[in-house]
Amino acid sequence: MKELHTLTIKEVHEGYINGDFTCTDLVKHFLRRIEKYNPKLNIFLNLNSKAVEQAEALDREINEKGIDRPLLGIPFAIKDNFLTLGIETTAASNILKGYFPQYESSVTQKLLDAGAIFLGKTNMDSFAHGSSTESSDFGPTLNPWNPERLPGGSSGGSAAAISAQLATAALGSETAGSIRQPAAWCGVTGFKPTYGRAGRYGCIAMASSTDSPGPLTKNIADAAIITKVISGKDPFDATTSSLPVDDYPQFLGKKDLKGVKIALVKEYLLSQMRQDVKDQIITAVSKLKELGAQVDEISLLDPKYSIGVYTVIQRSEVSSNLSRFDGIRFGHNRDALCQETKRRIMLGTYTLSAGYYDAYYKKALAVRTKIVDEFTKVFESYDAIVGAVSPGPAQKVGATKDQPMFGEMEDVLLEASSIAGLSGAGVPCGFVDNLPIGLQITCAQFNEKKAFEIADCYQRNTDHVKFPDLDKTI
Amino acid sequence: MKYTPLIGLEVHVELNTLSKMFCSCPADHFAKKPNTQTCPVCLGLPGALPVPNKKAIENCIMIGLALNCKINKLSKFDRKQYFYPDLSKGYQISQYDQPFCTEGSIILDSGKAICIERVHQEEDTGKLQHTVLDGEKVTLVDYNRSGVPLVEIVSKPDMESSVEAKEYLKKIHEIVRALGVSSADMEKGEMRLEPTINVKIEDEHGVHFTPLVEVKNINSFNFASQAIDFEIKRQIEEFEKTGIEKSTSNKTTRGYDSAKKITFLQRTKEEAKDYRYFPEPDIPPFVLEDDYIEDLRKKLPLLPDQVISSLVNEGVEPKYAKILYANEKALVAFGTYKNEEGIDKAKLSSLIANKKINLDQDIVTQYQKLNQIGITDVSVLASIVEEIIASNPSLVADYQKGKTTVLGFFVGQAMKQTGGKADPHTLNSIILTMLGKTG
Repeated sequence: MKELHTLTIKEVHEGYINGDFTCTDLVKHFLRRIEKYNPKLNIFLNLNSKAVEQAEALDREINEKGIDRPLLGIPFAIKDNFLTLGIETTAASNILKGYFPQYESSVTQKLLDAGAIFLGKTNMDSFAHGSSTESSDFGPTLNPWNPERLPGGSSGGSAAAISAQLATAALGSETAGSIRQPAAWCGVTGFKPTYGRAGRYGCIAMASSTDSPGPLTKNIADAAIITKVISGKDPFDATTSSLPVDDYPQFLGKKDLKGVKIALVKEYLLSQMRQDVKDQIITAVSKLKELGAQVDEISLLDPKYSIGVYTVIQRSEVSSNLSRFDGIRFGHNRDALCQETKRRIMLGTYTLSAGYYDAYYKKALAVRTKIVDEFTKVFESYDAIVGAVSPGPAQKVGATKDQPMFGEMEDVLLEASSIAGLSGAGVPCGFVDNLPIGLQITCAQFNEKKAFEIADCYQRNTDHVKFPDLDKTI
Repeated sequence: MKYTPLIGLEVHVELNTLSKMFCSCPADHFAKKPNTQTCPVCLGLPGALPVPNKKAIENCIMIGLALNCKINKLSKFDRKQYFYPDLSKGYQISQYDQPFCTEGSIILDSGKAICIERVHQEEDTGKLQHTVLDGEKVTLVDYNRSGVPLVEIVSKPDMESSVEAKEYLKKIHEIVRALGVSSADMEKGEMRLEPTINVKIEDEHGVHFTPLVEVKNINSFNFASQAIDFEIKRQIEEFEKTGIEKSTSNKTTRGYDSAKKITFLQRTKEEAKDYRYFPEPDIPPFVLEDDYIEDLRKKLPLLPDQVISSLVNEGVEPKYAKILYANEKALVAFGTYKNEEGIDKAKLSSLIANKKINLDQDIVTQYQKLNQIGITDVSVLASIVEEIIASNPSLVADYQKGKTTVLGFFVGQAMKQTGGKADPHTLNSIILTMLGKTG
């Protein structure tokens, strides 16, 4: 039998049904692994002290009724910006150290309702401000493939938890690249649903107009199951859509990609991109063609414009969203905010100031509209856009030092899709320097099903889903 | 030398919706135990998001319609950012450049129109309580009021005296009450007033304007009026002393001390806040359809001016019509009994307006009794009879020719005019006396 930590959702459920192991066995197995590896990798910030107790209750349910909920008994790692009742939630910031939420976030509630069990909360860039997990107030998470490397971020802890196999599945959130980029750097699957597909209520806000909760998983099939669970109208989030949620798992298992039209964006094969990374992307594109997809090269606005737009909008929203941490409540003063957070508050405050608003924020909104229009046009003719997730593989620990635009440079290929609120998958597509790299498959708003269809077909017909042997790598 | 005060008003009205503006907590916060009506949203807890209250928006638009405003088909919320301990999120959700309603007006009794610049929706803040706890001076925060829906009505500086300002305020007060969207109880802070005042001075050197002053948070019409008068006088004196004129950078904010009846400086423009408005990303913009707006327009009740003019059309004197309108009970009493047989509308309205009738007792009996008293009154009956005689010269001539049967006509007419309440004996003798004089 396969080791418990290697199992996908489907395999875990089969194990439960066959009586091979119980949810308690699985949870205890993960807790042992966490105990063993977490001190080195710094993936979990807090553990759920009631996990075993809750697993026992789920076992009773499984015994009585079988598997009647989509995530029944599935152990999750939850990014620490989702409020969880009874589990300390800090968004990896000292200003929230010791904060126990008064309510459960909409998305984690949906996971719980679907039968999930939370192992603990994962590390991230403080308030999700970064793409390295290095700006966490509780130390960086290290990449399970190579502990001298960063896991990416901001959902770096959740990505590393899957890569190190310390949980069956993980929840992350993406503002611009924060799911797909760490997924790529850790060699796991990440999925960013359309903005407004999954509710943000109870997810500590970074940039309100782009924050999107989504899963990080071993494979795209698991991501489809989880995305279906967390999607849908959230009565507590006015920006969620009431469009019906597609049954994503139904779009998995397609034999080929005949009739699928894919665009490869020329500008996204950046000049500064390493040739070996480009080669891997071109190999991936050949695979998609081989599977029957039609792939055309197209041209889009230089991604550098997205960086400008995203930086202004995101910093502005950050400066506003964090003003509730005014030192009066939550137990800590504002000096508990980290350097990167302060930097973002300063920049955002500046761009919204009288006299500068028109030059920065308003202009950024105008360019954002242009980017949205451009994508709309592309998706009239194509089902998906593909390209690299990130210009290169995981960077070294310490790489963010004195690099205030580090995240933006690493997320350059994802920011346009984020500011346009698109949906998309990030799946492993090979290795360079023994480090994984990722392929993005980006689809129109609310066309998640297509991204799942393509990513799944690609994943089943390639052999890039790999996990490090921690006893060797760390 | 000619002085013309220029007065604009910002009025905040607290709506009486069941729930708060962006969450489902109860909106009625008055005298409730502190912090018992709160939730993650109005406490501004991490991750909480606002979901706008449809009913409150409807009410805001109704106010706009009642004030003859244009309703913007595209509207949105914005964040107004400033720090204060009673502001849980560090920003107030308000409306900046696309409010629900713009360009309205209120017509004063003089016929003068006061332009309304905008009517927008926002949320209230919490409340600070400065108190002593265990011998220590402390400030406590009560968030029960945090997130209660507010509508702000902003006029242009079209008023030229405290009298006009007071009339404007009273009209706003009557309108929001007529709409039923707010109790607008001043004492409970449900309507808060902020006049902005300066004075236009014309002398031999030309036209000058004194620096703008905004007086914050006044909770009575009289205080508003007193503050305005104080400011007009103060600003003229100040100008005569210093000659300082209005500029883009010398607007100041003052408070009003109702005990000393003076305004006092709170902050100058240099200390003024930059609110860093930007569109609220947590609430999608609104597209208001014509049908929606027209449906709301149809829901408008009769507004104060309409009610008053219909009373006047029924024969009620304008001053009594206003008094009746201002007192709901009186208005209902008038409406209930005005068409009863033998009741004269003008008379009834005057009796009610002058508080001659106790509204808690049988109104018809009181009316009759009061009329009886009035109508044994020789002078009252005499003036009625005099009029009848004057308008029927041919019948008077008949009487003088000895046709005494016409007496019945005069009695009948007088009875009709007094609603049958004239004392017949007194009436007869008056008619006989007066007809006798005509001979």
